[in-house]
Amino acid sequence: MASWGEASQSRLIGKRIARLSGKEKVTGKAKYTFDINRPGMLYGRILRSEVAHANVTDLDLTRAEELPGVKAIIPLIEVGRKIRYQGQEIAAVAAETDDIAKDALRLIYVELEELPFVVTEADAMAEGAPQIRDDWKANQSNPGKNEDGDVEAGFAEAAVTVEATYHTPVQTHVCLETHGNVVEWTDEQNLTVWASTQAVFGVRNDLARNLQLPANQVRVITEHMGGGFGSKFSAGTEGLAAARLSRMAGRPVKLMLTRKAEHLVAGNRPSMTQHVKAGATRDGRLIAYDMRGYGTGGTGGGAGFTGPYVYHVPNRRTERFNVAVNAGSQRAMRAPGHPQGAFAMDSLIDELAEKLGMNPLEFRRINDSSEVRQAQYTLGAQEIGWHRRNSVPGSGTGVKKRGMGVGSGQWGGGGGRGTQARITINPDGTVEAVTGTQDIGTGIRTAIAIIVAEELGLSPTDISVKIGDSGPGLPSGGSGGSQTTASVAPVIKTAAAAAKQKLFEHVAPLLQAPVDDLRVGAGTIYVASDRTKTVTWRQATGLLGVESISEGGNWNPELRQGGVAGTQFAEVEVDTQTGHVEVLKIVAVQDCGLAINRLTTESQINGGVIMGLGQTLLEERIMDPQTGRMLNANLEDYKVPGTFEIPEIKSIVFDTHRKVTGVGEPPCIPTLGAIANAVYNAIGVRIRELPITPDKVLTALAEKKA
Amino acid sequence: MSDKEKEKKQGTNISRRSFLKGVGTGTVAATVAPAILVGDSETAEAQTDGAASTAKIQLNINEKLYEIEVEARTTLLTVLRDGIDTGGNSVDLTGAKLICDRGECGGCTVLADGKAVYACMMLAMDAQSKQITTVEGIANGDDLHPVQEAFIQHDAMMCGFCTPGFIVSSVALLNENQKPTIAEIKDSLSGNTCRCGTYPFIFDAVETASEKM
Ligand code: FES
Ligand code: FES
Repeated sequence: MASWGEASQSRLIGKRIARLSGKEKVTGKAKYTFDINRPGMLYGRILRSEVAHANVTDLDLTRAEELPGVKAIIPLIEVGRKIRYQGQEIAAVAAETDDIAKDALRLIYVELEELPFVVTEADAMAEGAPQIRDDWKANQSNPGKNEDGDVEAGFAEAAVTVEATYHTPVQTHVCLETHGNVVEWTDEQNLTVWASTQAVFGVRNDLARNLQLPANQVRVITEHMGGGFGSKFSAGTEGLAAARLSRMAGRPVKLMLTRKAEHLVAGNRPSMTQHVKAGATRDGRLIAYDMRGYGTGGTGGGAGFTGPYVYHVPNRRTERFNVAVNAGSQRAMRAPGHPQGAFAMDSLIDELAEKLGMNPLEFRRINDSSEVRQAQYTLGAQEIGWHRRNSVPGSGTGVKKRGMGVGSGQWGGGGGRGTQARITINPDGTVEAVTGTQDIGTGIRTAIAIIVAEELGLSPTDISVKIGDSGPGLPSGGSGGSQTTASVAPVIKTAAAAAKQKLFEHVAPLLQAPVDDLRVGAGTIYVASDRTKTVTWRQATGLLGVESISEGGNWNPELRQGGVAGTQFAEVEVDTQTGHVEVLKIVAVQDCGLAINRLTTESQINGGVIMGLGQTLLEERIMDPQTGRMLNANLEDYKVPGTFEIPEIKSIVFDTHRKVTGVGEPPCIPTLGAIANAVYNAIGVRIRELPITPDKVLTALAEKKA
Repeated sequence: MSDKEKEKKQGTNISRRSFLKGVGTGTVAATVAPAILVGDSETAEAQTDGAASTAKIQLNINEKLYEIEVEARTTLLTVLRDGIDTGGNSVDLTGAKLICDRGECGGCTVLADGKAVYACMMLAMDAQSKQITTVEGIANGDDLHPVQEAFIQHDAMMCGFCTPGFIVSSVALLNENQKPTIAEIKDSLSGNTCRCGTYPFIFDAVETASEKM
């Protein structure tokens, strides 16, 4: 049976190892797509609509085309078609400099006939609202309904019930490197694309399909990329536009989105509004759950969310639907559907526990079937000092009141088939690991080096890892669903093992020992039954003559496992005069399976917590119902966490089993409920609508007084 | 020439007049929005006559002199990333990033006479008499600066796109204050944004670097 071996036997796996790209990143030498400058390269820009809903009645590119320095210009919408949201593409231009491209956009003539629009869920659902989709009634999709058990009987059995409405707004990804590509035709039929993507092969196939090229004539390169969070799987309108501009001009084109466009069109996490009624028995069992909810993912669907979440309710009924608004479409965003669902469920659990007069942690324990989370509750409570929390919410004295809360999460991350990799051992002792995955910041490059180095008795810096390039023709999946490590690691491990086996076959005659008696040491190969018989790595590879060893691997499902549990505890301090919430500490206990690299795994947990904190306290896409525009499409008014918002974060890599799994997404899930519940514990008033901004805190406090 | 053709000649996208005209001819205009199309040109003044005036300037970047032709509107960041000197060589210092384009994120931070500045907010012309140091000029050849070493050691980066800005801001801080408190670190780096959420390890890295300096 394939295995990763015992922890005590691991030299590298599970240790804290600096990431391989560190030096490049701290010296500014790491080249992102945005940094690629090709000889003769042009700069591309896109003209976008500022109007949310309109018919395009005229479009004239002549004057822009005539501007000196403009080399190509294309329409991206036809006259007679509809604009359906602010930011929708109208035309694209490529010019000698970025400034000329900007100028050219101003010379484009467009005539739009504005149509009535809706940009908020409330407006979209209001009686008499303009219908923005022909196929939906009242801007609402057909609801998806589910029922299990007997809900009415469940409520009849309930000793307490809670009825509440929870809301989370639209959040945007805010990748710091905006979406974009540098495109270069090497000839009429061959395209090289540097793409800021989390799916090198996805973009390759996407472009090939759209440009009607064979897939093997498109090469996509992503050496480094500046954040994706679920929004960077395809070439996008901008990628295709760049390819067309480049073909037209016969020169390379760089086309990156502006910060504003990034907010408007590059994806977002849908909103959620749910009305839920739930009941529990006197002894603390969840017994009934009835929820009706919706969200908006823009003009399309995709606004799903989980519920009930984590905790089991035997009798439940759910109904969910999408609301269409004239705004940019949703895309997958870090644990799609989970953080918003978790916020509602964790709040609901707290409210029920209070009605029962029960400690919310005890109530969770009764209803949580996960053994892993049960252990995490104990550890997390200890770390945060759960006994210090207010037993009566809001009972602290003074202007600044403290409180504690807890939240939970669950994720898959077990990986899947579809990765090809090759490990090559060269006669000079060098080792290459090649596969078509990409590093979106999680550190997969380093993880690959660690696995190969562990297998071959080398050090991670000895391994040259070549990823982020479709050129070698070794596909791997997109980096989404926290699937990368669990998809890639087993293939790398088995490929390295196969390569090692081949090398052993060369070494065995020299050491006069059977192949299965050989082992690797640190930079050596030795005979297990007689450790005096040994060769250095270089001596061993020297035996290869002119022929390198090159081996592939396979995705052995025994080496990975899905299903990770997480729990977080928060302590906050609320200023009851200003309404400001300061998070003092987060304890994040995250099931990580076998963490290949403990250091980068901790980074991922920190990052998840901070993104969850942003969603809880700061982030919201604000749409103006009057003009149909986003009011905060920049980094000043759309607040993401900065240094001042960062609490003490205790990220605990919770070892459960020795199989790899993914943790890119799960740590952002429990944070919302933990903080929201802590705010309640501090001030004794519940805020059911995110983000928990000072105005909401002050209003809630005022209502409590009244 | 028809009215419409005249308008097209004048350019500048759609005019409010064309709207009213639209209404007049029986089409529906729901609201009148000013500046209907902004496109991607929020920040720079358009120079649409095609003959932008340029000037030759000298810049001292990472202790190297560059002679460059720039427009009045050209920012220091544009020169670093996209500039071509008068000898035809590309400057190609792409460590500093353009992330927000308006002084909100610190991704473009460089040192001007040792002080941290946003290169997206500084005109190239205004950088003329200053010593500019970019992230590429922080290390001493192959010897990394203690801040850089500490960032690697603590994994104070994920995607790394914000990292150059944080490195430069951290160096500027430690140049002024060798033993900053955690509050001072947060204060000094508050002009830098990281979406991956690497802050805790950045704070650790700056503390480690300050002990080593
Ligand atoms: S790009 Fe200069 S501060 Fe953001
Ligand atoms: S490391 Fe990705 S934005 Fe900071």
